[in-house]
Amino acid sequence: MLRLRNLSAYYGRVRALHRISLHVAPGEIVCLIGANGAGKTTTLRAISGLVRTEGQILYDGHDLRGLPPEKIVEMGVAHVPEGRQLFSDLTVLDHLRLGAYVRRVPRREVERDIEAAFALFPALGERADQPAGTLSGGEGQMLAIAKALMARPKLLLLDEPSLGLAPMLVREIFRTIKKLSEEGLTVLLVEQNAMMALEVSDRGYVLETGRIVLEGTSEELLGNREVQRAYLGKGRGGFLEGVRGAI
Amino acid sequence: MKAQMWNPEVETLPREEIEQLQLERLQSTLNRVYHRVPFYRQLFDEEGIVPEDITSLSDLANLPFTTKEDLRRNYPYGMFAVPLRDIVRLHSSTGTTGFPTVVGYTANDLRHWSELTARVLVAGGVGRDDIVQIAFDYGMFTGALGFHYGAELIGATVIPISGGNPERQIRIMKDFRTTGLLCTPSYALFLAEKMEEMGVSPAELSLRVGLFGAEPWSEEMRRQIEERMGISATDNYGLSEVMGPGVSGECEEKAGLHIAEDHFIPEVVDPKTGEVLPPGEQGELVLTTITKEALPLIRYRTGDITRLIYDPCPCGRTHARMERVSGRTDDMIIIRGVNVFPSQVESVLMAIEGTTPHYQLVVDRSGVLDELEVWVEVGEEIFSDEIRKLEALEREVRDALEGVLGISVRVRLVEPKTLERTSGKAKRVIERRRSEL
Repeated sequence: MLRLRNLSAYYGRVRALHRISLHVAPGEIVCLIGANGAGKTTTLRAISGLVRTEGQILYDGHDLRGLPPEKIVEMGVAHVPEGRQLFSDLTVLDHLRLGAYVRRVPRREVERDIEAAFALFPALGERADQPAGTLSGGEGQMLAIAKALMARPKLLLLDEPSLGLAPMLVREIFRTIKKLSEEGLTVLLVEQNAMMALEVSDRGYVLETGRIVLEGTSEELLGNREVQRAYLGKGRGGFLEGVRGAI
Repeated sequence: MKAQMWNPEVETLPREEIEQLQLERLQSTLNRVYHRVPFYRQLFDEEGIVPEDITSLSDLANLPFTTKEDLRRNYPYGMFAVPLRDIVRLHSSTGTTGFPTVVGYTANDLRHWSELTARVLVAGGVGRDDIVQIAFDYGMFTGALGFHYGAELIGATVIPISGGNPERQIRIMKDFRTTGLLCTPSYALFLAEKMEEMGVSPAELSLRVGLFGAEPWSEEMRRQIEERMGISATDNYGLSEVMGPGVSGECEEKAGLHIAEDHFIPEVVDPKTGEVLPPGEQGELVLTTITKEALPLIRYRTGDITRLIYDPCPCGRTHARMERVSGRTDDMIIIRGVNVFPSQVESVLMAIEGTTPHYQLVVDRSGVLDELEVWVEVGEEIFSDEIRKLEALEREVRDALEGVLGISVRVRLVEPKTLERTSGKAKRVIERRRSEL
């Protein structure tokens, strides 16, 4: 479904990604793990057309590079950015209608999808008319995801959905992601909470300083001692730097 | 009937998906070795290469080779890409060609290894209901333990008999109703010989399949083993430096060994110039490991002579095949400028009535001239016979060998069972020219 080949990304003249290659097969949940500044968020922003890139971003066989972000959304790629980016004055319902905007479909169909969103996240249904600014962190994250789903994406890019949430809420969010994936949605997930991310994902890539240093099934990555030390709270330091001279 | 596969999804992956996977894994492997292994850091720096210069599989050709010599120089742990505490197993190469080398495995490396030997076993006809007798030497050699865990993963019953004691091998085979035999092809032939000696016929055994590897063997040898043991025999390939057995194995088509391309990238190069050869051309196999954590190797010169086949295989597997190894670059003897492989001699002997596939090549030098003498064991029935017949046989062998090799050869017939038998790798070449080099 998604295939990156030698993708580089730039912020101004700074190169944040160094020719990374990765893929996400239909129906898969794939996670990117890595330290702060490793290039995880940049990868998602590159796919969504938000940063300058070089290389290839093949989505269903089409190169997304150079397309405007709204066109990429129209093609079925939805992006839930880190920090949710909701409008505090707009209500839950407003956000969901906004999310459906790119589809340009009859109102009736939109209303049906809103019902489905409320079924997925009952807490949102109860707060349909509340401004987003009054929602809790967890509800805000649910709304951000529900809003992205309103575009009926085939590929969902999720940036740090666990950020700032209590563990119980994180688990609930991840359960929902898993459920969506079982219904056919493809997910590329960025997480600092590597343990949680690997538990929900099929496969993962480890990013460090803008480079992929390891790839594998979640089981393999969880079983990798260096991943354990660097990202699963069993040690300190990055993946490549953490163990120099340890032999 | 559909071919049996251990991991059908991966083993039939479309070519472009294999290549995407290979590129991803190659790039992450390069990033790791560049940061982790001083040897590679230095090697790449010397060539002015950084990992991100490699943007396609064909760029691989721009990277320097890794040789057995490099492994020796970094003995024992210098090439490891993880700290020693992450290593859960150590093996050692057999050291038949010199100083031994050490191979380390992480837990994930072992998991992959089992998966890959399981693929080879299933391709060779082993299933969960089989009883496999592993007659490779257990210990530091990778052959036995590599297959051991793969067979257990499948759910087969494993008899870890190890090498040696042929009478016991045959007794166990009979009593335990062994259905699959794993050993070197020369040892299989030796067991066949032993069976005949003990008066055990294949019909008394439950043996169905044999998976043989660790040394080059010929099609003729396969035919003999199959006939004398009443089994279907397949070839498999691996080398301890890159993992052990499981690198490649034949399917039921017996037309080349499928390489686990999701774990290794194969190339064939000209052994002299190091230039990459197009698919189908014969040369030295070079392997790059793309999933190994403990001991990743970039463009490792295997020393094994083969060719790569990318044509689709009727079995449905999409992974490239390598032709059965026809020899080793370091087994290749150059006699008066002509390349000679022991396997060529073997093919000739197999076709001649009265000889056995037990042979040795003795290379010597008289004055400035290289000389090749081939020692061949003859069958029991011949040796007791008259001298004239022996002379005729000697002539027949010599003429046939000279016809195939294109050089003059001396042939010496030796008595049955006088050449050394081993459950390890058979020693085919005795080099006596060394002192003058």
